[in-house]
Amino acid sequence: MYETTYRRPTSIDEAVKLLRESDGEGKLMSGGMTLIPTMKARLAMPSALIDLRHIEDLKGISFENGRLRIGGGTTHAETKASETVRQNAPTFSYLAGLIGDPAVRHMGTVGGAVANHDPAADYPAALLAMGATIHTNTREIAADDFFTGMFETALEENEIVTAVSFEPPQAAGWEKFRNPASRYAMAGVFVAKRADGTVGVGVTGAGNNGVFRWTAAEEALSSSFDASALDGLSISPDDMMGDMHGSAGYRANLVKVVTKRAVNAAKG
Amino acid sequence: MGVEGIGAKVLRKEDRRFITGMGRYTDDMSVPGMKYAAFVRSPHAHAKITSIDASAARDMPGVIDFLDGQQLKADGIGNIICGWQVNSKDGSPMKMGAYPALADGVVRYVGQPIGIVVADTRNQARDAADAVMIEYEELPVVVKGPDALKDGAPQLHPEAENNLCFDWEIGDEGATAKAFENPAKVIRLDILNNRLSPNPIEPRAALGHYNPAEDHYTCYTTSQNPHVARLVMSAFYNVAPEHKLRVIAPDVGGGFGAKIYIYPEEIVCLWASRRTLVPVKWTSDRTEAFLTDAHGRDHVSKVEMALDENHRITGLRVETIANLGAYMSLFSSATPTYLYATLLSGQYNIPAIYANVKAVYTNTAPVDAYRGAGRPEATYLIERTMETAARELGISPAEFRRINFIRSFPHQTPVIMNYDTGDFEACMEAGMRMADVAGFEERRTEAKSRGKLRGLGMSCYIEACGIAPSKAVGSLGAGVGLWESAEIRVNPVGTIEVLTGSHSHGQGHETTFAQVVSQRFGVPVENVQIVHGDTDKVQFGMGTYGSRSGAVGCSAIVKALDKVEAKAKKIGAHLLEADEGDIVIENGEVKVAGTDKKLAWHEVCLGAYTGHNLPDGMEPGLKEGAFYDPQNFTFPAGCYICEVEVDPDTGVTKIVQFIAADDFGNVINPMIVEGQVHGGLAQGIGQALLEGVNYDESGQLVTASYMDYAMPRAWDLPMFKVETLVTPCTTNPLGLKGCGEAGAIGAPPAVINAITDAIGNNDLTMPATPEKVWNAINAVA
Repeated sequence: MYETTYRRPTSIDEAVKLLRESDGEGKLMSGGMTLIPTMKARLAMPSALIDLRHIEDLKGISFENGRLRIGGGTTHAETKASETVRQNAPTFSYLAGLIGDPAVRHMGTVGGAVANHDPAADYPAALLAMGATIHTNTREIAADDFFTGMFETALEENEIVTAVSFEPPQAAGWEKFRNPASRYAMAGVFVAKRADGTVGVGVTGAGNNGVFRWTAAEEALSSSFDASALDGLSISPDDMMGDMHGSAGYRANLVKVVTKRAVNAAKG
Repeated sequence: MGVEGIGAKVLRKEDRRFITGMGRYTDDMSVPGMKYAAFVRSPHAHAKITSIDASAARDMPGVIDFLDGQQLKADGIGNIICGWQVNSKDGSPMKMGAYPALADGVVRYVGQPIGIVVADTRNQARDAADAVMIEYEELPVVVKGPDALKDGAPQLHPEAENNLCFDWEIGDEGATAKAFENPAKVIRLDILNNRLSPNPIEPRAALGHYNPAEDHYTCYTTSQNPHVARLVMSAFYNVAPEHKLRVIAPDVGGGFGAKIYIYPEEIVCLWASRRTLVPVKWTSDRTEAFLTDAHGRDHVSKVEMALDENHRITGLRVETIANLGAYMSLFSSATPTYLYATLLSGQYNIPAIYANVKAVYTNTAPVDAYRGAGRPEATYLIERTMETAARELGISPAEFRRINFIRSFPHQTPVIMNYDTGDFEACMEAGMRMADVAGFEERRTEAKSRGKLRGLGMSCYIEACGIAPSKAVGSLGAGVGLWESAEIRVNPVGTIEVLTGSHSHGQGHETTFAQVVSQRFGVPVENVQIVHGDTDKVQFGMGTYGSRSGAVGCSAIVKALDKVEAKAKKIGAHLLEADEGDIVIENGEVKVAGTDKKLAWHEVCLGAYTGHNLPDGMEPGLKEGAFYDPQNFTFPAGCYICEVEVDPDTGVTKIVQFIAADDFGNVINPMIVEGQVHGGLAQGIGQALLEGVNYDESGQLVTASYMDYAMPRAWDLPMFKVETLVTPCTTNPLGLKGCGEAGAIGAPPAVINAITDAIGNNDLTMPATPEKVWNAINAVA
């Protein structure tokens, strides 16, 4: 690891100020579950590490006006354990409980995972499928507009994810097919039957440009919320990622298989 | 058996310090004035070094020095050696490419060390290593064994034409050809044995400390065999004279073979300490471990098996290309020859065997012995062929094996080995009972109703432990003897120190060796201390690999115990005024048989040291040493049965049952043996389902982290069902065979045989990843 300066702001404004002062060389860190290993491998050398874990405004889980709101600084373990999340969005709680391992879940945060947009991260699939909103210190962004590409988001400089919020779906299912080495998703599918009756299908780990919505499946499932509605569908390998763990063709198969299983899970 | 003697499940004495974080590993060692090293390594798989400019690096904060291969050569540090001379079938010696500890003008694999930076801190050393400017002229690259032999392949070493290190054979080619002249059936198979990374939990490390006042060197290092390291570093690398070099291998966190070898880093740290006059410590990070720890396996083979009309095997012919990597590691020549092809007879009576092995250089990390070392390659080849043959013959795999089992001992195979004992059918029957093979078809049908493909696979392995005897291995090209030494020091108060040349890096010697002593004298294991891993304490030793600590190391201890017991009996007889032949030592007492005359063990020990009342002419003291050279290998064998369910939609294999019925001969500590079996099975299943070193065409290592190199985890494994059967080894005093590698040797073919049975396609290579299995299913759908 290269040497760096550790900063611990206690407010969002202070964090932004510190980030500005770092002249583009500083990095925001929440759980650090991606950034710290990257730094240990000497693949990142931020001049300053601005730790968001001690900002009270980023914490907390609430359910108000029919929307579940989870603060950006909430850890996966807190999301998993929250009675509010479990009651209103049990599948989201289940998803949080399957991220990484216990150590990761007690450090990693919702905001960090969303802002990083790792192409195999789990939350983005759920947020897309449910039509969630990403809240930042300056605005609100629809999930559809937020995830713009692999490791890319609509976040601008000095913008910090403060929370995510969504209207709990009527029913939802989450299935993750894990990479045998990293145990990240090779195909993770979140299926949500939204309050309005339409169906969202968010897919992570498989696409060649980050998380995406499988719209053909959404249409089919919106007219018939049953795994058999997907029988005639297929997804093009051209849009899939291919690597030593699975070719694009294999991933295309996985997306379909895993989506069916997520539908079955949603139907309980 | 006493509560702490041979056969007792004594809890491991060493675990208290390991599980409370109090183990002391090489990286925990610190000496005053110690500085840190970082190695400058090749980013290219094959390149000429045209210039090295370290001027910027030398000026960086905290940097003490940068040293490279030119200085190493000028100081007369010798090239890395291979400890086993293998000759090609035409009689010519193997063609060894020069392997300097720091590259001399050419680099041949990614990660090869080029130079060392010594600095005040680890970070400063790494920063400076990054600042060393090296210009390269890139050369063409070859990474696959068979590709290295092709016309026009990039050439690695001027010493080895066509990248061929040796073209070796074993067995009777003519007699084998005859078996194929008129066979009832021939089974043919292409076999790939995937390349593995050893992954000990503790990465390699070295601390070199030159003391100018005494002109003496100390090296702390992660070694399975510190005396061998000292011998090789002094006799061949000219780092230091043997009597001026102390090598200490303290607690070592796993080896699996990768810590047998003497690597460039420990040589260079010692040499750099003399050059800089500061102690120099280097600790590998995980990326360096993936890049530079010696890999295992990597064979490409063709096998043909001839059968007669009674389903008896009449001949076996094997051609193997073994990928050595860019350079020869210490035992890289023995692993794909004498440790591999000598086991090709398996558990079967095969009258004629011929094997040809071509060992080739490629632009990859050196390959050497890894848990099993040659025997897993042989076992995988023979056991996949056995299962394939049974399927093609339309008889059960068990029946086919029964027809061909060796049933009388000793048995001389056509490939050197002479099996002393075993009962292969008993192991198979035990395994089949444990696995409920009879009920399998019912389970298969039930699985099908859930949409799953269920399969059963068997592996009847035999392996060879305690490589021996020294005279024989010497005649086959070994550079060292393969005996072991031990010294028993009985203290005046009756406690006992055992100095052993074996080295424990997870095996539990501190417990099992103490049990052997406890058995002999009836002293509690807590009164026995096992001392190992320090060349200043233990006179000499060959170390631990090839499951030799029990069969060879423990036999040396037994021999030394014999001498101690004999002397103690003489003293006891003298003190008790009895005949020496009437003295027995048990339960911590020295007694006259059939009487109530006795002395406590410690009274006799004290008597030996006071010397007040010893037999005339007897020297005081109670300390004896022994060297033990085995007469033969030992031959553990067993039957593994794996049952899998494959998900046809995704190709995911779930191991639903795994049975191990092993014959390790007599067992000192059944709990430790079971642990060894579990660990070996996990590694064997890892090879079968998950693990595989992957280089891209340019020789870059794709699997350089755990993000891409798939290690087995608990959830990949079922609860193992393990039993041991006993046919005692006939050639060592305790009847021990060895258990350290069996799981890794026997498991892979059981897993693959089960998957291919489930999916109905035999065309499958390891690791059987979900995608490969899914493709194999679709290929026959």
